[in-house]
Amino acid sequence: MSRLDDCFKTLKKAGKKALIPFVTAGDPDADFTLSCMHAMVKAGADIIELGVPFSDPMADGPVIQKASERALKGGMTLRGVIALVKRFRQQDAQTPVVLMGYLNPIEFMGYEAFAASAAEAGVDGVLTVDIPPDESAELVVAYEKQGIAPIFLLAPTSHPHRIKKVVALAKGYIYYVSLKGVTGTGSFDLDDVANKIEEIKQFTSLPLAVGFGVKNADLAANIAKIGDAVVVGSALIDCITANADDHEQAKAAISSLLNDMRKGMDAVS
Amino acid sequence: MPINKQGKQSKVTNYQLPDEKGHFGPYGGLFVAETLMESIEELNQAYTQYIKDPDFLAELDADLHDYVGRPSPIYHAVRLSRDIGGAQIYLKREDLNHTGAHKINNTIGQALLAKRMGKTRIIAETGAGQHGVATATVAARLGLECVVYMGAEDIQRQSPNVYRMRLLGATVVPVTSGSQTLKDALNEALRDWVTNIDTTYYIIGTVAGPHPYPAMVRDFQTIIGRESRQQMLQKTGRLPDALVACVGGGSNAIGLFYPFIEDEAVSLYGVEAAGQGVETGKHSAPLCAGKPGVLHGNRTYLMADDDGEIIETHSISAGLDYPGVGPEHAWLKDIGRAEYVNIKDDEALAAFHQLTRVEGIIPALESSHAVAYATKLASQMDPEQTILVNLSGRGDKDIFTIAKLEGIEL
Repeated sequence: MSRLDDCFKTLKKAGKKALIPFVTAGDPDADFTLSCMHAMVKAGADIIELGVPFSDPMADGPVIQKASERALKGGMTLRGVIALVKRFRQQDAQTPVVLMGYLNPIEFMGYEAFAASAAEAGVDGVLTVDIPPDESAELVVAYEKQGIAPIFLLAPTSHPHRIKKVVALAKGYIYYVSLKGVTGTGSFDLDDVANKIEEIKQFTSLPLAVGFGVKNADLAANIAKIGDAVVVGSALIDCITANADDHEQAKAAISSLLNDMRKGMDAVS
Repeated sequence: MPINKQGKQSKVTNYQLPDEKGHFGPYGGLFVAETLMESIEELNQAYTQYIKDPDFLAELDADLHDYVGRPSPIYHAVRLSRDIGGAQIYLKREDLNHTGAHKINNTIGQALLAKRMGKTRIIAETGAGQHGVATATVAARLGLECVVYMGAEDIQRQSPNVYRMRLLGATVVPVTSGSQTLKDALNEALRDWVTNIDTTYYIIGTVAGPHPYPAMVRDFQTIIGRESRQQMLQKTGRLPDALVACVGGGSNAIGLFYPFIEDEAVSLYGVEAAGQGVETGKHSAPLCAGKPGVLHGNRTYLMADDDGEIIETHSISAGLDYPGVGPEHAWLKDIGRAEYVNIKDDEALAAFHQLTRVEGIIPALESSHAVAYATKLASQMDPEQTILVNLSGRGDKDIFTIAKLEGIEL
């Protein structure tokens, strides 16, 4: 059984929901990201989403755009992200790691070569923002060969025919985008999210993670009542930006936010 | 030297692309986040319906005639042709359209579509500002709210067009992310669209983006090629031997080429911007020097580094300063139907001056690339042969750039 499936199964048994922090790999450098990953696991993270920086992050708000720019400036690449996961795995064989990014770096590396090298490093799933299921056949085959879960997005605007297309290919979990917009912006209506999640659940038994706009422990707790996992990204990157001169302080701020979210989520589930 | 005697460009029959998923061979397609899929499917449905709807087409035709001023004439550049001493050069005068470029053919079409879809807000990206002006113009005429995203750097370079858009009632939003140019403006427009998806229609200005944009923008621009075909037959009694058009995203080129794709005797030349020279790396010529990848919703030739990160482009002409190119051009290149060549900044500048002085026509810097290549090509051809150049825009917007380059203060 894959690390991702295992993780959700264990959580379910314990009656808990997954906390999934997102940070951009290499923001501001690889060593910080690595120690941050271990700290996040300690602070209660169940799965880690690592952003692969891209020059044109079309679905991201200003916070993650800036993180991407800093990471690229620091020399991070898709191959660099894979190497980072390999280093993480030397100390943590258990926590699932999911890469989240855009298609072009994967196109340039080649689907097969990317899948093989990511799997070898210990990557469990890949979410590529700008490839919907309609274009994914070849990529999914490459992932399946290597046991990597293709993770897809669903949105408030996704009608049943879109949901069916996504669930037919998705593995690991499905990432539900809670609002109409880009990462880290706006706010959402919890009832709308609950209704949509209920609708999606009619089509799949895969866990549903909810993200985009989860800023604090209260929101995380509320999301935990209706989804299977909570994704938090921009709020963590804000911690990095606010403590640009002090990596330890940035890590402490991230840990503290995740701790609060963990407590809030565990109190309601 | 007469061209095309050995059938240098390949023969194409029964050309019917893209397929229903928007693919031109391996290129094109629909590479966007799920958050945009529903809107794009809605757009595709509306477009497929209205492009065959007699009422819609009649409204479009009337606007193109009365508002844009179509058909645009074809002009035989006699003095230029004589100076070069080769093939006869004809110019398709898209520079005479309302707002001064071919861009309005597309914005009229898409704005009418937006209106029929019940959208109340129009957004657009712009580089040189021509597409932004063409969008702000039709939005003003139809009473729609208009927001134009423009790279902060381009806003500096093209201040007259920024003012024009504001006069027309549009909000011009400076984009400060990334390289602060056209590609970043496109990213920002996509972010706006996904945020305001219920009310907003996104008018993309070129034959790029996710399906159906490359096909739709082409279809609105083929008026250029359809008119040209008739006009050249009337004027010269036959089809031209070669068509030449500049290629940034490639909308004016595909608009001219498309109705001629199955005409084996007509050679097609797309002219990319070589900037300081393709060998220097400082250029905007993805078809000549890039490789296939995925950006802004489609698979096409791109300028990117080995890790797949998009790199900065360089051209004297803001309208050609884009790291990608329409997917149909990628396909026409691969199958050998069209040839893609490049022209450097200084060659385009020389052509700008030559056409201005010899014919009294001030071309846009974008179109100057096409003129420059046409003069090269003409010199290798016989005087009884003909070349049709798409003069896609007029150069009024560029006089500040050119004056500055030449050390003249206006």
